[in-house]
Parts: sequence; structure tokens; C-alpha cells
Amino acid sequence: MPTNLIGTMATQLKETDESGREILDSVVIRFAGDSGDGMQLTGTQFTQSTALMGNDLSTFPDFPAEIRAPVGTTYGVSAFQINFASHAIKTPGDAPDVLVAMNPAALKVHLKDLVPGGTLILNLGAFNARNIEKAGYKESPLEDNTLDSYRVIEIDISKMTLAAVEHIDVTQKEALRAKNLWTLGLMCWMYDRDRQPTIDWLNQRFGKLPLIAEANIAALNAGHAFGETAELPSEISTYVVPKAKVEPGIYRAVTGVETTCWGLLTGAQKAGLNIFFGSYPITPASPLLHSLSNLKAYGVVTFQAEDEISAVCSALGASYAGSLGITSSSGPGVALKSEALGLAVVTELPLIIVNFQRAGPSTGLPTKTEQSDLYQSVYGRNGDTPMPVIAASTASDCYDCAIEAVRLATKYMTPVMFLNEGFLANAAEPWKLPDTDDVEPFPVEFASETEGFHPYLRDEKTLARNWAIPGTEGLEHRIGGIEKDYDSGNISYDSDNHHKMTKVRAQKILGIADDIPEQEVVSGNNSGKMVVVGWGSTFGAIEQATRRCQEDGLDVSHIHIRYIWPLARNLGELLKGFDKILVPEMNNGQLVTLLRSEYLVPAESLAQITGQPFKVSDLEREIRSRMED
Amino acid sequence: MNVQSPPVALKPNDYASDQEVRWCPGCGDYAIVKAVQKALSNMGADPKNTVFVSGIGCAARFPYYMATYGFHTIHGRAPAVATGVKLANPDLDVWVIGGDGDMLSIGGNHTLHVLRRNIDVQVLLFNNEIYGLTKGQYSPTSKVGTRSPSTPAGSVDSPVSACVFALGCNARFVARSVDTNLKVLPGLMQEAKENTGASFVEILQNCIVYNDGVYSSFTDKANIADGQVVCEHGKPLLFGKENEKGLRMTPGKMELEVVTIGENGVTEADILIHDETNRPLALMLAGMQPPNFPVAMGVIFRDPGPSYDAAVYDQIAEMTEKSPAIPINELMHKGKTWTVV
Ligand SMILES: Cc1ncc(C[n+]2csc(CCOP(=O)(O)OP(=O)(O)O)c2C)c(N)n1
Ligand code: SF4
Ligand SMILES: [Mg+2]
Repeated sequence: MPTNLIGTMATQLKETDESGREILDSVVIRFAGDSGDGMQLTGTQFTQSTALMGNDLSTFPDFPAEIRAPVGTTYGVSAFQINFASHAIKTPGDAPDVLVAMNPAALKVHLKDLVPGGTLILNLGAFNARNIEKAGYKESPLEDNTLDSYRVIEIDISKMTLAAVEHIDVTQKEALRAKNLWTLGLMCWMYDRDRQPTIDWLNQRFGKLPLIAEANIAALNAGHAFGETAELPSEISTYVVPKAKVEPGIYRAVTGVETTCWGLLTGAQKAGLNIFFGSYPITPASPLLHSLSNLKAYGVVTFQAEDEISAVCSALGASYAGSLGITSSSGPGVALKSEALGLAVVTELPLIIVNFQRAGPSTGLPTKTEQSDLYQSVYGRNGDTPMPVIAASTASDCYDCAIEAVRLATKYMTPVMFLNEGFLANAAEPWKLPDTDDVEPFPVEFASETEGFHPYLRDEKTLARNWAIPGTEGLEHRIGGIEKDYDSGNISYDSDNHHKMTKVRAQKILGIADDIPEQEVVSGNNSGKMVVVGWGSTFGAIEQATRRCQEDGLDVSHIHIRYIWPLARNLGELLKGFDKILVPEMNNGQLVTLLRSEYLVPAESLAQITGQPFKVSDLEREIRSRMED
Repeated sequence: MNVQSPPVALKPNDYASDQEVRWCPGCGDYAIVKAVQKALSNMGADPKNTVFVSGIGCAARFPYYMATYGFHTIHGRAPAVATGVKLANPDLDVWVIGGDGDMLSIGGNHTLHVLRRNIDVQVLLFNNEIYGLTKGQYSPTSKVGTRSPSTPAGSVDSPVSACVFALGCNARFVARSVDTNLKVLPGLMQEAKENTGASFVEILQNCIVYNDGVYSSFTDKANIADGQVVCEHGKPLLFGKENEKGLRMTPGKMELEVVTIGENGVTEADILIHDETNRPLALMLAGMQPPNFPVAMGVIFRDPGPSYDAAVYDQIAEMTEKSPAIPINELMHKGKTWTVV
């Protein structure tokens, strides 16, 4: 059935539950307001409640780089989108069904995305002449025909909030700040979400400021009560989105930062090592530093270094001394680390670099997501400097990738680049909690045998060198950046030896291909007309788009690459079974180049470099049109 | 890791590795490596718990010549690598080695922070006022007017004093000596080692190839007495062949001056007594330049304080006691969860 038909049917057949709430399959809501309006908090709390209701969900926080951009400006607009459903979903949704605009600037920036006929909730209180002008409107959008094709609910949320907290002894400014909670209250009413988790959170968060907590809770409840009692336009109804049918288990809502943190911790435990984490604050990587800093009881040493170079160097020093050295950053910081990564490669020490990619080059768009550090990861160092690169696709996958990064780093004595993305770091999704016992331990064995020891003695199979740590009697040795003699580990300027060592380092990393799963097709056939090849956070959007095409009878498959380097053994053969290879990426075409150069296949790029995730509909359109080419 | 004393006392030579030393003949670095080996032997240091971490430069080749653990890293980053080594295993005795370019130019930032944090390592800066390994360019410690391949008409930028820099970084142990002073160097190394926290030792080192004799105006035998003043806590700051000269504060000014006992009514009682815990005094002493002043040697400043590494582990212990680790499975279940049946 064509998708547009499904859409029409959904709006015609209104099903209701016993309390008269219209039953929806899925909804996309976007909260938008000034950076100071608390939209991220509103979105996060709504997400928590939605998760606890048992819906599947996916979120997309989108905020400006400035902490507090000038009030009322379009570039100061902060937004949070959530897609929740009674079925499995994979993306935060293409276009919002509901847009909450807390001021004219938010309306200006986000109205274009709202689906035709979508619901628009406006905070009238912020629509004064000055704000309207600041947003760049010539005339008030409330008075011309700008909003004609939407269902508009105009409420003076500012005034309502002030009235709701009137009895509480807080300043007017503090009172007004609670308007995001008023809004949240209204949305909780509209979508039948429980307010209690938010109330608990407020009480905890403002434990030392009980009046602030009280004001926020009063606003939340007032927003909810408004929905119940106010005479809202008749076409605005209340909705219910039934629980999603998902695998049984215990769930929680997580972001990629949390899962990365727990994955690293689990990995370190499986390896039997303590974590040393050296990092320097940078958006969007800092939250990992914050999370790990709370895990001191697990023997985790976190070190906020003076710069990125010190962050990676201290981590490498820690690995030399027998810890699991980890560093994290975003593209600009990883660039600074690259000389030290070369040192890690040549000294063959385990190290994990978590790169939360953001839009580049240089500072780029610090708070926007991108996947443009693939070249940097695979190729971006001086000399022949190979290292494994793995990329996570979802917040849940970050957990498994983190463990895998630890396994590879310790088993092969190598730095491992773990490509994360700003989008994964911030976005929330429900996660079925794993059992750490399901992960096979991979304990590290430090060298202890003095007989015949030298620092570059290799395991015949993995080619990993032995790891002798300071403190071990009889294994005193020196390592460093100068080339080492294959047979003694002493420094060597011999040309044949350098050739051999370069080959061995490359071979060791390529050999990892024997230790990772073969490439599989996510959906579709193992050969055919077209395959869409993706990596990283575009997984969900690509899968949904290819599925829709498949349901329509198109011969298109989806391959998702997690191991960027080395690539899976069978990938080349697999790709050659398709007439067309389309590689959508949130960069100007990086994986596509890698695939073309590795396999000499005519892969085509589909680049989107907007700092925004792919929309399923855009991908679908592009797949269809490229199939016809 | 347990620190155990080696069963038999090791001789200085036992701390030398089997690697051929590749410095130019006559380079001051030879004397320094000998002094360090002697110091380790004197202290009965255990090679298995001793780690030398260096950057890049002639000086930074140092670890290869020691029969201990060693890490020859990248240019300027030795303090950062050493920080990780020490934090991973605080039982290790960690030494940081580098040249003036390594530690004050490309790695100045890391030197600043390893000192400020007071990480329990010894930082030995071999200052030859030149870039040796890259064939003789001027360095951030070169005097104005230094002619080098990159400054054929003489350098025009003012140098930094290593010890003044260290003091400005809040280093709590700052000392200076000369490569050839084998009588003093091992003892100074031992004092550096015994100090808890970051110990900074500037060793004036002669690069016989690219900067020969930069220090001769006060290190040549004939010039030592008048050209150097040895700082000893609680002792008057006297120098000269007969100890006839001394330093005092110019009356009414916050300024040092050189005086001669017996001239202009100066008596020994007027001479400043060295107080190694007085940072402003240390700054003045460290900054003294020839020919108008003698160069200050010995322990210029020492005021020990808690080390960063100890504080980090104290905090870990404290947090662990407050809320001990629970299984990771339980950790992940903390917070809001829901069950799907
Ligand atoms: C990133 C980087 N930049 C530049 C160099 C080249 N380089 C090597 S040693 C050095 C300066 C060495 O001077 P110093 O630290 O004073 O040591 P010395 O050789 O005098 O002992 C330079 C510039 C390098 N190895 N790495
Ligand atoms: S160039 Fe100078 S510092 Fe380097 S080894 Fe030769 S003499 Fe020593
Ligand atoms: Mg030098």
C-alpha cells in the first residue's frame, strides 16, 4: 500500500480508548524555545515519562552552541524532538506532528518542519512586537495567513505560569522560568503521560531550594489542569499511544554517553584492568568525562588534562604502566592527539580513543552532529599508522562497541578508534538492560617470563607484542617512537627492518578481520539491484527507508558497517553482488571513498552535511530515484 | 605493586643499559647520566620500579642508557606521559627528562601543569640554551643575540629562565646545578627524589657542538667562585674565593645586591640567610644573571605540599568507602527502569 494512503487512513479512522482518548500509533513532538526556556529539560522529562509508559522512542536534542544566545533571536533557539510509538521505531522522526513554540523565533525556525495540518502550540505571552520583530517577522504571524494550514492553540503560557505560582514566595523571574514545566504539564495531559517521575526529579534536583521545586511542580500541575478544564478547540483531543510490543526484559532510557561509559567499565572488568581516563572538555564529549568521574569506586582514575595532547599522552602513559588508557574528544581534539596516536601505534600499547564526532572542519558546528571524521580515523596520521576503527549505530550499540574496543585494544596491543557521534551522545532511546555475565571475559596477561624476553616479542597468531609493565622484576626495557628492531626491541635505523616492522604492524591490524563477524545484510537480499551501505547513527533512517522500498517491491538491501577498519573479510564479495551501491553519509563522501579504493566498486555517494540526521522520506526518495538512473 | 629493595646493593654501572651511548663525544649529557646512575646507586633504587620518561631531543635519549624501565615519547609531552604513568601506579619512581626546547618550548604547557599539580615525579631539564638534535637553532633559553642557523644575525627575543618559570608555575622544589659538577649532582638528585611532589632540577649542560662554552663565564674552574652562589637553607648567601662576597637586600628596596664584606661597612651580619621556603626570595635568586650577579645553584626553593597523585588516590579511597562499587549489572539498573513481560 502506498505510504500516502496509509497516512490518509490514519487520520480518517479515529480509534479511541475507553476514556475517549484517540489512539495513535506514533507521534513526533518538537519542543522549541529560547535557550533559556528549558526546552532540553522539558524534552528529557517527557522522554522519561514516555519511556516509563512502555513506548519505543527516539529523541533528537538540537541546541545552539552559545550557552545563552541573546534572548528572542533565531540563533538562540533550542529544540528537542521525540518520536514515540506503539511499535519499534528507529529514528527521531522526519517531521513533527506537534510543535510547541515558546516564542516567535522558535516558530520562525521550526514551523517549516511541521506536517501540514499539524498541531501548533504557541506561548502567546512571548508574542509581543519586539520578539516578533527579533524573530525576523515583518508582521505578526498570528495575524496573517502564516498559520492557516495548522491547528493552532494559542495560550498565554507566561501568564498562566505566573498565576499558577502566585502563592509561592519566588521572584517573578523564577516564576516565569517554570513556564516550560507548565508546558510539559499540558503535554502530559494531552498524551496521557505520568507527571510523577518529573515531580520526583524536581524534588531531588531542587532539594536545597524547596520553593523553586514547589513553583515548578505547581506549574506542571497547572498545565495539566488547564488541559483538563479549559475549553480547547474541538479538534484538539487527547491521545494515547499504546505500549510498544518489545522483547521482554528490564528497560531504561539511555543516551549514548551512558552506554559508552558502562561499556567501557564492563570491558575493563572483562580485561581485568583499571581504567585511566584522560580527557579535555569539548562538546559533545565532555559528558563522558563527567560520567566516568563518578565511578571512582570502580578504581577509575579520571584526569582532566591541560589539553588534548596531555589527555592522550597521560592515557598512553597509564597503559604503559598497566592500566587501560582511554581518552575521548571530538574531531578538533582528536586532531591534536594524532601525533600521540602514532606513538601508541609504534609502541603497540592498548589505548581507546572515543571520538564524539561533530560538524567540522575546525570548530565547525560544535553542537551539530556529523560523521566526517572517518578519514581522520582511518588515515589521519603521519607514517603508515594503522589502527582499528569501529563505529556505533545507536545508543544501545555504544555499549557493545565500547566492550569490543577494549577487547581489540588489549588482545592486539593497539590503539582503537571508537567513532561515536554527537547525535548518539545526546539522543535517548529505550534500552533493554544487558547482563554483563553474557560477555565472555578476556583477561589480560602481563608478561612475566624473563627468559628470552624482549619488549617486541609477538604472539604468533595475533602478532600482538607482549605487555611488560613497570614493577615487573627482570623485564626492565625501553620503548619509544623510534623504530624498533624486530628481534630485540632495541632502537634500529635499519631500512629492511623498518620495512618489515611496517608490514607487521599493518598485518596485525588486518588480521583482526579474522576475529570479527562476517558482514551481514540488515535487510533485503544478499545480492541484487541496489544495496544501501551505511555506518554510524544513520542506521535507523537507512533501515526504515530501505524497508519501505522493499515493502513496495523494490530490490534494495541494507548493509550496515560497524567495523570501519579493518573491514569484514567478505564485504568486498558481498558488495560486488549488487548492481548499484549507494552510500548515504552525513559527510561529503568518506566511507564511499574507502569502499571504492578498497574494492574498486562503483559506489555512489549520498551526502548530507546539514548537521541534522537524515530524514527517512528524503532517503527513500533518493533510493527510488537512484534506482531508476 | 610492592616496592622491594633489591637484595644486593647495585653499583652505578648496574644502572647502565647495554645500549651504545650516541651523544657527541664531550657532550655534557654523559656526565649527567653518570650522576643519575650514581644517585640511584646511592639511594639503592630498584630498577624494576624506576621509570624514565623523556620527550625528544638529545637530552631525551637518556632513558635508552638506563637499565630501568623507560619511555622515549614525543617532543614536549614527557610530563604528560609521566603523569599517566604515575597516576596508574603511584608506587613507581618516575623521572621526566628533557631539553630546554622540549620542556620550555613545545612542551612548556605540560611542564607548567606537572609542576603546578605537584605530581610526585622528578623533572630534570637539561638546559644547553640550544636545539641540539635539530642542529643548533636557538632555543627559548638562548640569550638575546644568539647566532644560530635560524638567527644568523642574532636572536632578538628574550629568553625565559627555567627556574623562574618553574617557580612561577608554583613548583615546590626548584634546584639548579651544572652537568660537570659530579660532586653535587648525585646528592641533588637524591634530594629531588626525596621531595614528595614535583621536583624540578635545571641542569646547565654544555652542548659542545652547537653552543660550546655558553656557561663558561661562571662554570670554568677559575670562574666558579665568583660566578656562582650555592643556596643552602639557613646559611648566608656568600660566594667568592674567600667567601668575601655576599648577597643582601638593598636597604629600602625589594632588590638584591652584591656586597663585599668589609667594604662600605658591610659585615657578615648584613648578608641574607637563605630561606628555601620563601618564594619571592627564590624568584629573585633564580633570576640572577651574570655578569652582575652570581648564578644561584643548589636547592633554591623547597616547600613540600601534598602531591596530586596521593590526593587522587585519597579521593578514590574516600569515595569508595562512602559508596562502594556494586556489580555493574546493579549499577545499570539504578534509576528509573520498567519491565516488559
Ligand atoms: C613535533 C616535533 N616537532 C619538531 C621536532 C624536531 N625536534 C626534535 S628535538 C628538537 C629540539 C631539541 O632541543 P632540546 O629540547 O633543547 O633538546 P637538546 O637536543 O638540545 O637536548 C626539535 C625541534 C620533533 N621531533 N617533533
Ligand atoms: S648536539 Fe650537543 S647536546 Fe646533542 S649530543 Fe651533541 S653535544 Fe650533546
Ligand atoms: Mg637544548
